[in-house]
Amino acid sequence: MAKVVAVTGNEAVANALRQVNPDVSSAYPITPATDIMQRFTSFVSNGKVKTEMILVESEHSAMSGCIGASAAGGRVMTATSSQGLALMWEELFIASGTRLPIVMALVNRALSAPLNIHGDHSDGMGARDCGWIQLWSENAQEAYDNTIQAFRIAEHMDVRLPVMVCMDGFIISHSIERMEYLEDEAIKNFVGEFQQTNPLLDLEHPVSYGPLILPDYYMEYRKAHAEVMAQAPKVVLDIAKDFEKISGRKYGLFESYRLDDAEIGIVILNSAAGTTKDAIDLFREKGIKAGLLKPRLYRPFPYEEVGDALKHLKAVCVLDRADAFGGSYGPLFIDIASSLYPYKDKPVLINKIYGLGGRDYLPGHAELVLNELAEILRTGKVKTFKEYIGVRE
Amino acid sequence: MATPLTLKELSKKEGLLTSGHRMCAGCGAPIIVKMVLMASDYPIVAANATGCLEVSTCISDYTAWKIPWIHNAFENAAATISGVETMYRSLKKQGKIDKEIKFIAFGGDGGTYDIGFQSLSGAMERGHDMLYVCYDNGAYMNTGIQRSSATPFGADTTTCPAGSVIPGKTQQRKNLTKIMAAHDIPYAAQASPSHWMDLVKKVKKALDIKGPKFMNILSPCNRGWRSRTDDAIMLSRLGVETCYWPLYEIEDGATKVTFKPKEKKPLVDFLKPQGRFKHLFAPENENMLKQFQAAVDKEWASLLKASGTE
Repeated sequence: MAKVVAVTGNEAVANALRQVNPDVSSAYPITPATDIMQRFTSFVSNGKVKTEMILVESEHSAMSGCIGASAAGGRVMTATSSQGLALMWEELFIASGTRLPIVMALVNRALSAPLNIHGDHSDGMGARDCGWIQLWSENAQEAYDNTIQAFRIAEHMDVRLPVMVCMDGFIISHSIERMEYLEDEAIKNFVGEFQQTNPLLDLEHPVSYGPLILPDYYMEYRKAHAEVMAQAPKVVLDIAKDFEKISGRKYGLFESYRLDDAEIGIVILNSAAGTTKDAIDLFREKGIKAGLLKPRLYRPFPYEEVGDALKHLKAVCVLDRADAFGGSYGPLFIDIASSLYPYKDKPVLINKIYGLGGRDYLPGHAELVLNELAEILRTGKVKTFKEYIGVRE
Repeated sequence: MATPLTLKELSKKEGLLTSGHRMCAGCGAPIIVKMVLMASDYPIVAANATGCLEVSTCISDYTAWKIPWIHNAFENAAATISGVETMYRSLKKQGKIDKEIKFIAFGGDGGTYDIGFQSLSGAMERGHDMLYVCYDNGAYMNTGIQRSSATPFGADTTTCPAGSVIPGKTQQRKNLTKIMAAHDIPYAAQASPSHWMDLVKKVKKALDIKGPKFMNILSPCNRGWRSRTDDAIMLSRLGVETCYWPLYEIEDGATKVTFKPKEKKPLVDFLKPQGRFKHLFAPENENMLKQFQAAVDKEWASLLKASGTE
């Protein structure tokens, strides 16, 4: 029986980790992810989990410890945010290049400078091409559900890659919401026993991890990595089906909201999708055919499926909670534009940068964007292709 | 059963770092690694910081390591082995593994004194059951002889080259062995491949002690030291006999000098055969030689005092 609770996003993730009960966790505190590990270490101190903690002296060592522990042959997890993820950057590539199924909760937070502890996506976007799988979550329920599924995805024999589960700092991590916990036993059965591959602790079959590979074979390794990532969407969908059986909740590669007959649409990640859905309902009531697409599996990005889901629209706005400095558009926009590129008939695309450093994204912002899209639909004219919204001029 | 400490018996043990690796001829590091592994009566799982030893012993699809081995990056051999050791404890507690395994991290001086210092300090403070072995050749030799905080005073390196204005490195070395001992770890020691029995005994002792241990081992590098290819052991012996590299251990806070030269040789005996110190013998640098000798004398006197063998 599922248990209905009122908890913060961090508490939800901490409880998912308790239920998964990993062998080792290596972590370092950082706002707003700290709370996950505080809660988790209280489970350790009170014997609720079998996990051995490594309370390291930096995030670089946190991920280094995860890599050592994972290669040794067991289930490993950690959590971080922002500067912590930035400090791990080198190790993120080593974790994925070594094909280690580590799970990390990323509580999205702005990057310094200026120093800011609040939610935006610049941390996760900065790490989008590091060879990890990324799952993004709108609310505490999704963060909980994604965290549990992340272990199955990471450890799947067709994948064996690290997975990052993202949720918005403070907006989700520290807000109390209604959600449902599954039974401990159901999660234990769902994730199953950890399957080792070439464990370092196997003395009978000594392995060398982390070789030097020069131009003669490096490229083959990178190609193999790309091919493995291409397997991930199928595995993500298969595991979502299994998860639906125990939870009743349906997950795909992305969420489509009132999109099938839509003419205008918004593409947006994480918590702001909730606010946007309300605005879409309002516009639907006015007879305007609006819809939303919220990516869940952001890396690897399901280009074909996303393109197919959006191609019939007339005008789409991609809202980015991070900018890609010096590039053309925000990072999510670039992926959406690539998804639609193969189609002859495709929607007009515009890009808004919103909510940086925890700046509020209000229903009014979503309504402004939808009005602008409706205007484009009426006139065929675009005012600006890219602009910052909710910002002082 | 523990192997008796004789060359005859030790040489019967299987070499766990095979020949065919690509370290330079005359390098001290593989000799040190072989001695360390030979000293152990336990199975070893090792981590290796990026550096000469790592890039030369595991070039895909070949490996010279007959033991489980992991290379992660440059600055994190200590954090990496602490992850491995923690997983071992977790699986042992769960009854999924029952063998007694010992954990060793190998790093050069760059990966230990400098970029890996925080990671090492953290691992020691956390108390992992591990031995960290630094093979100290006194510079970033893998990337082409750049200055590190282990580079000796006055040495010519590619980033502190001896020039007409600056005569090589102008600072003394970081005293890492003492810094590690200051972590109040149960065992810290210095060793040299020239004194193999002393080295092997120290490794054996370290592996039998529970908790974090640190060993700093002098590792001649003929490329960086500008010395003859076949002089590695001779130079490491001179390092010890001049007290440039004193052999000592600090066990539970008690310092013990483990080798006291019958006659302490002048430092120049160690410096002369090395091209990296050539410029120090120019008349205008005489004062540098004096400063260097004074620093060596001071450290030696402090060790003798600490060990009560003045």
